[in-house]
Amino acid sequence: MRDPARWLKPLFFTVSLLPLLVLLFRALFSDLGVNPVETLHHTLGDWTLRFLIITLLITPLRLIPGWNWLSKMRRMMGLYAFFYATLHLIVYLAIDQQFDWSAIDDDITHHPYITLGMSAYVLLIPLAITSNHTMINRLGNYWKKLHRMIYLITALGILHFYLLVKADTREPLFYAGLFCVLLILRLLLAGRKVT
Amino acid sequence: MLIGKPTIIPPSEITSETLYRQRRQLLGLLAAGAVSFAASWVGINTSIAAPPSGPARRFSTLRPSPFSTKEAANTFKQITTYNNFYEFGTGKSDPAQNAGTLITVPWNVTVDGEVSKPGTYNLDDLIKPHALEERIYRLRCVEGWSMVIPWVGFPLGDLLKRFAPTSRAKFVEFTSLFDPKQMPGQRIHILKWPYKEGLRIDEAMHPLTILAIGVYGQNLPNQNGAPIRLVVPWKYGFKSIKSIVHIRLVEQMPETSWSLENPHEFGFYSNVNPAVDHPRWSQKTERRIGEFVRRKTLPFNGYADEVAHLYRGMDLKEFF
Repeated sequence: MRDPARWLKPLFFTVSLLPLLVLLFRALFSDLGVNPVETLHHTLGDWTLRFLIITLLITPLRLIPGWNWLSKMRRMMGLYAFFYATLHLIVYLAIDQQFDWSAIDDDITHHPYITLGMSAYVLLIPLAITSNHTMINRLGNYWKKLHRMIYLITALGILHFYLLVKADTREPLFYAGLFCVLLILRLLLAGRKVT
Repeated sequence: MLIGKPTIIPPSEITSETLYRQRRQLLGLLAAGAVSFAASWVGINTSIAAPPSGPARRFSTLRPSPFSTKEAANTFKQITTYNNFYEFGTGKSDPAQNAGTLITVPWNVTVDGEVSKPGTYNLDDLIKPHALEERIYRLRCVEGWSMVIPWVGFPLGDLLKRFAPTSRAKFVEFTSLFDPKQMPGQRIHILKWPYKEGLRIDEAMHPLTILAIGVYGQNLPNQNGAPIRLVVPWKYGFKSIKSIVHIRLVEQMPETSWSLENPHEFGFYSNVNPAVDHPRWSQKTERRIGEFVRRKTLPFNGYADEVAHLYRGMDLKEFF
């Protein structure tokens, strides 16, 4: 059978870029609502969490329905999570806080949801850097251990969201539920080797 | 002798204002429909503000007020499409989309408790004795955004005096409508419904505190708390309770919805105070809707000269 990854990869790449294109399109037509900074910030945060969840979903999908071709997508999805997280952070630093470093410092040290979000981002950096083939080969067994951190990062990201909302916790709890299912699946499948 | 035709057009031939408005509205809806249809293809969320229910009354004689700010007011669109009104959903654009189900005519308000002359009044009778004023106030939300809003209303204190509060009236408790059929957000327990708020009696009697029935010279749209709401400009926005049906004067400090939900984060007073952070976020700055750069938040939202004396001797960190 021909490798479906050959045409799926550009498809996944393009589809994953759509949320950003829609945002840019909306920005161009002044359709970001009454509080455009908030819309940008929250939408990019939402997509970061979604891509983290999608990344975690890939291994179970390879094992259970046996969609092994997805292995080629995992790195791309992880890098998209990093990409949207970076944009989310840039909006916070440059547009929301306008590089007011004393306010940013105060936020990071005094407001747990910012502390958690920032930690999650910092932890994501080494994973993005070590996502290429050279690093996978060089790090060997250590690479796997390092990249298990994605579970911690996703948990921090969800907690970051949970601590931000005032009373309606349904959305962050929905992400938390998904995360727990994926974590349990991963633990159950821990013994199984991916070919 | 009659020269030429009389230039006076008979009134019957002039398009009536109602018809004119209906036509405008139809055109507007058609245009909006086309835009939202096109937008739905590209995943863009367009929201059409629900029109205010009840007679679209325009207030002709509004007294200006020395309490009004000279700052530029936010647009009608900004004020009526970006709302926190959890009874109609927790998203900012939810109230404008969902509040069409609220029926504001007829509307009754009960005033009772520690008053000599309790009673239930139809809204029109309740507001009849009061001269309506335009009050252009800053509004600061606890979430860190702010607006300038031209309210139409009258001092709450003037209304309370008509009911003759007794000496035991130390606080005022306000209650919003409870009707999950009209307010779909109440089907989910996010806050303890109905929404309740409270003021100390001196805060309630302060001339800055108003009951608003309009914005921009017309009836309050439903999403802004129609048909009658509280506006306390030196406190965070959630204190300014919407769609009021019950005002009760009481001796004990009443329970309020947000402090019941989270007593460590939302206090009874909730005065705007840049020196006291919300436990989870900073209150030092705010984003004025329509502006790009954050501005500094002022103590008592810039109304310190008028209200700071009410809290003399109180530790505002303790009584947040």
